[in-house]
Amino acid sequence: MALTVATAGVGGGPVGHAQVCEDLVARMPGSSPRYLGAVAVCGGIVAWALFAWVYQIANGFGSTGLRRPVYWGLYIVNFVFWIGISHAGTLISAILRLTGAEWRRPVTRAAEAITVFCLMIGGLFPIIHISRPWFFYWILPYANERMLWPNFRSPLFWDLTAILTYLTGSVVYLYLPLIPDFAEMAERCTGARRRAYRWLSLGWRGSDRQWQALERAMKLMAIVILAIAVSVHSVVAYDFSMSLTPTWHNTIFPPYFVVGAIFSGIAALVVVMATLRKLMGLQEYLREVHFVNLGKLLLLMSLIWGYFTFSEHLTTWYGNLPTEMDVFQAREHGIFGALFWIMVTCNLAVPLVLLGVSKLRRISTTVACGIAVLIGMWLERFLIVIPALSTPHLSSVSGGYVPSWIELSITAGTFAAMALLYLLFVKAVPIIAMWEYEGEPAAR
Amino acid sequence: MPEGSTEAESGTQRRTPQWGMAIDLDRCTGCEACVVACSSENNVPTAGEDQSAKGRAMHWIRIDRYYEGDFPNIRVRHRPVLCQQCDEAPCEPVCPVNATYQNAEGLNVQVYNRCIGTRYCAINCPYTVRFLNWYPPEWAEPLGLQLNPDVSVRPAGVVEKCTFCVQRIKRAKLNAAAEGREVGDGEVQPACVQSCPAEAMVFGDLSDPTSRVAHLANSRRAQRLLEELGTKPRVFYLERAD
Repeated sequence: MALTVATAGVGGGPVGHAQVCEDLVARMPGSSPRYLGAVAVCGGIVAWALFAWVYQIANGFGSTGLRRPVYWGLYIVNFVFWIGISHAGTLISAILRLTGAEWRRPVTRAAEAITVFCLMIGGLFPIIHISRPWFFYWILPYANERMLWPNFRSPLFWDLTAILTYLTGSVVYLYLPLIPDFAEMAERCTGARRRAYRWLSLGWRGSDRQWQALERAMKLMAIVILAIAVSVHSVVAYDFSMSLTPTWHNTIFPPYFVVGAIFSGIAALVVVMATLRKLMGLQEYLREVHFVNLGKLLLLMSLIWGYFTFSEHLTTWYGNLPTEMDVFQAREHGIFGALFWIMVTCNLAVPLVLLGVSKLRRISTTVACGIAVLIGMWLERFLIVIPALSTPHLSSVSGGYVPSWIELSITAGTFAAMALLYLLFVKAVPIIAMWEYEGEPAAR
Repeated sequence: MPEGSTEAESGTQRRTPQWGMAIDLDRCTGCEACVVACSSENNVPTAGEDQSAKGRAMHWIRIDRYYEGDFPNIRVRHRPVLCQQCDEAPCEPVCPVNATYQNAEGLNVQVYNRCIGTRYCAINCPYTVRFLNWYPPEWAEPLGLQLNPDVSVRPAGVVEKCTFCVQRIKRAKLNAAAEGREVGDGEVQPACVQSCPAEAMVFGDLSDPTSRVAHLANSRRAQRLLEELGTKPRVFYLERAD
C-alpha cells in the first residue's frame, strides 16, 4: 500500500524522499519577474471583469445582452461549464485513489486544486447571474423573525445546497493530503512562513497514529466526495430538466451532465498538468505515462459523451414534437449549427483520431485533445442553454441573443481567475504531494 | 399587496371568488387598445425604441398574430396573451425565494420586494409573459406624470407580469364590503377588459356558475392555451372550430 511506503519514507527519511522534497520545493516559483508578470496580467484581467460586474450592477441588468425570451445566457453557460470542470479534480482523484491506480500520485493534488478553484469560480456565477445580487443571501435558509424561508422545491435551492456541500467536501479533500506537506514545508522555512505552515499542519508530527488517521480520513472522503460529485452535476442538470422548456425537459440530462462534467474535467486536468510541467519544469514527475493514461480516460469519456449526445438527439428527432423540433432545427442550422458541428468535432472526432490511434497517443496530442474538449464542452453548454430559450413554446416571442462586452469580460475574467488562483497556489504549496510521491513505483 | 380580503374586512363569511377570464378570439380585432390600457393602468415602463429593438419591451398583455394560408388568401388571427394565472403554474415551484405563488382567489401573484431576479420563473413560463425590469423604470414624456397611485412602481431587477388588475379587484371588494354585499358579476373589470372596443374579453368569478365568465368558459368554443402542458390556465379562449 502506498501509505505504508510513505510512512517509512517520512519516518526513516531516506535519501529519495529528501531529494524529492528538496527538488519540489526548489521548483516552487519565487518572485521572478516572469512570475510577477503572470500574476499581474491575470490580476489585471480579473480586475477588469470585476469592473464589468460593478458596471452591470450600477447601470442595470440591461447592460447585458440578455433579452426576452433568452433570460439565461453566458452566466449560466459558464456556471455549468465551471461546475463541470470541477469534477476533474476531486472525482478523478477519488476514483484513482480508490482503485489504487498508483500512477495517479503526481496528478492528484493538481486535480484536487482544480476542483476547489472551479467551484469558487462556478459558485459565483449564480450571484453574478441574478439581477438583484445584493439580495442573494435570501436563498439561504437562515433564521429570521419573519419566518421567511427559501423555496425548498426550487432546483436553484438544491443547487445551492449541492454546491456548498461539494465545496466544503472538496476543500477538506484537498486539505487532508496537504497536512504532511505543510509540516514538511514548515521545516524548510523560517519566520512568519514557518509559523503559517506550522499552523496549517495542525500539529502534524508524523506518528503512526496520525498516518493511520489520515489514511482513514482520506479513504472516507474519497468515497463521500464521489457520491457528492455525482449528485452535484445531477442537480445542476435538474435546473434544466425540471423546467418545461422544450428539449430541456427530459430524463437524460442528469447522467449526460455528469458524463460531460467528468469529460471536461479530465480535459482541464491534462491542460493544467501540461502547463505546470512546462512552466515549473516537472518533466521528471509528470511523464508521458500520466498523459497517456489520462488520454485513455479522455477517450473513454469521449465515447460515452458521444453515445449520450446521439441518444438525446435521436430521441428528439424521432419524437418529432413541434416545439422540440424548433430547437432541434435551430441547433442544426445557421450559427448554432456551425457551433454544433465544431462541438462534435472537438468532443468526438479529435479525441477519436488523436487518442484512438495508439501511435498518435503522446503528450502533445493528449494536450491538444484536452484543449479541443474544453472548447467543445463549453460549446455544448452554450448549445443546451441558448437555442432552447431562443425558441420557446409560442413562436411569436422567439428571439436571438448576442452577449454584451460585460458578459464576455466576466467570462474572460473567470479564466484569468483560475490561472491566478493556480499561480498563487503553486507558490504556497508543492503541486505534487511530496509524501505521496515518495511511494511511486519506479517508472512504469 | 395582492392578498385577498379577510373575513374581518367583509364582516361575514363569504365565498372566495376564483377569478378567471374569457377572450373571444372571433371578436378580437387586434386593435391593441388592451395593451395601451394595461400599460397605463399598471405603470408599465416604456422601454423606448432602442431597448424594444433589443427585445426589452414590456407589455403585460400582447397580441400574437398568426397567419393562415398563402398569399393572397391569408387570414390573420389575433390572440391577446397575458399571464394565464395557471392553477398549476410552472413559474411558482422554481422560484428559490417564493416570490411568486398562487393566492386563495387563484391569482398567481408576484411579490416584487422578495424577487431577487433569478429569472427562472420567466424561462419556465411556457407563455413567456414574465418581464424583467432591465433598468430602473422610465416613461416617455409625459407618461411619467400619470402614474396610477394604486399600483406600486417596480424597481430594477425584479420580474413582473399581469396581475389581473389586482388593485381593481381589491377596490371592488372594499366597496362591496362597505355596502355589505358581495362583489357583483362584471363589477371588477381589469383595464384590458374595460377598454376592449369589441367587448371580446370578459372577467369574473369562475366558481359562480351564473357568472358570464363561467358561462363562456363552459362554452364548446372554449379552449386554453398550451393546455397539453397541464398548467391549467384560468384564461379561456373562445374560437369557432374550423
